[in-house]
Amino acid sequence: MAESPFKADIERVQKEYSEKMTPGAIVYIPGSSVVNKTGGWRVFMPQFNREKCIRCFMCYTLCPEPAIYLDEESYPVFDYDYCKGCGICANECPTKAIEMVRESK
Amino acid sequence: MPMRKVMKGNEAAAWAAKLAKPKVVAAFPITPSTLVPEKISEFVADGEMDAEFIKVESEHSAISACVGASAAGVRTFTATASQGLALMHEILFIAAGMRLPIVMAIGNRTLSAPINIWNDWQDTISERDTGWIQFYAENNQEALDLILIAFKVAEDERVLLPAMVGFDAFILTHTVEPVEIPDQEVVDEFLGEYVPKHAYLDPARPITQGALGFPVHYMEARYTVWEAMENARKVIKEAFDEFEKKFGRRYHMIEEYKTDDAEIILLTMGSLAGTLKEFVDKKREEGIKIGAAKMTVYRPFPIEEIRALAKKAKVLAILEKDISFGIGGAVFADTSRALINEKEKPIMLDFIIGLGGRDVTFDQLEEVVAISKKALEGEKVEEVNWIGLRKEIL
Repeated sequence: MAESPFKADIERVQKEYSEKMTPGAIVYIPGSSVVNKTGGWRVFMPQFNREKCIRCFMCYTLCPEPAIYLDEESYPVFDYDYCKGCGICANECPTKAIEMVRESK
Repeated sequence: MPMRKVMKGNEAAAWAAKLAKPKVVAAFPITPSTLVPEKISEFVADGEMDAEFIKVESEHSAISACVGASAAGVRTFTATASQGLALMHEILFIAAGMRLPIVMAIGNRTLSAPINIWNDWQDTISERDTGWIQFYAENNQEALDLILIAFKVAEDERVLLPAMVGFDAFILTHTVEPVEIPDQEVVDEFLGEYVPKHAYLDPARPITQGALGFPVHYMEARYTVWEAMENARKVIKEAFDEFEKKFGRRYHMIEEYKTDDAEIILLTMGSLAGTLKEFVDKKREEGIKIGAAKMTVYRPFPIEEIRALAKKAKVLAILEKDISFGIGGAVFADTSRALINEKEKPIMLDFIIGLGGRDVTFDQLEEVVAISKKALEGEKVEEVNWIGLRKEIL
């Protein structure tokens, strides 16, 4: 499994981040929105079929989050901490290698 | 030596701004406050004031520019009234939530409709929940002094909230009175420079202001505004003490006049307090045990002072130039909160008076006393009374 390209950022922020409310709710740590995991908003979850993937990078390029990054073999990896399940990747995938499935929690 | 000049209330507010040395003033003209930014722009043009004067296209933009300037870390001032303040409404919450100590002068004017440019407090009273500290001035001297005090309180680390100072439209804004202009050096000592630790612009320290607050953070953010407003009680009293030491004039959360043996106490705000003092003197000569009280600070609401005042009175009559439709006057509702759990409390009556610039006359005040006396004698009277209504046209 490939590592998130934001790993260093996330670790830095997690180290510096404090839950303490500041006057005016000012955010003093640049990039700290990464600690706000938005995957919980998801209703449909992209399910990836490696067999069908032709590594065209369409999903990787078009993910607005971006919650898709590439592994060592250039296959997409989905970061479910931030994927909001918008379904753009599945919609754009030319080989239907991504399927949106209802997620139950 | 302090200089004495005869000036309008608006000029007094502009002088206060000049003495406080804000770096940015953004304002849009509106009756009856126009003279405040007009005078300030003169000071700036004449090189007497080193401020950026931003001409904007609306009050919404004026307060937005002030939010930007204050967020960048400089002392900021503006002035408006009535519809202009109403147009600022959404940004007022933002200024308070972002903890930006902007100070604003308000020539208290009513709201449309019908369109009316004259005095009551409906404009500022309607903004009571925004998180702004609110002062009300009785005369032009108080308008000047309270603006200086407002900066002192707003910028205090324990507070960091915006503040507005109201002074009655025309009665004060356009009426000349002798005003003592304090020495610049003493004002400099009193206020110091505004050096914020929380909100300022520095590329070496990137920060985000005004970010989204999810449900997991929003309540805590709001609670810190509540705490700041609670802290303001103490900070305001400290500022009043220091102001007296430096300038010799004494301010109180609630100023009392002949209340010690009073059966009826008339409580009000703003310039009406002056009228009430005259009226109390007259009634005292007639042997009526009556006193008056002036609320100088409306937000934070002076709860303890109200409790102390209420202990002295058998009838607490609240005279206010505002109306919250469906309940009564806002000051009456707030005063009720202060007294609701007190074991002994006076009869409380609300008098809606002087709306939209109607003069408050002694005849009207006699009516207030007559109703208060009836209540004192055990007769049932209305809790909310409209005084001086022209019943013949209704």
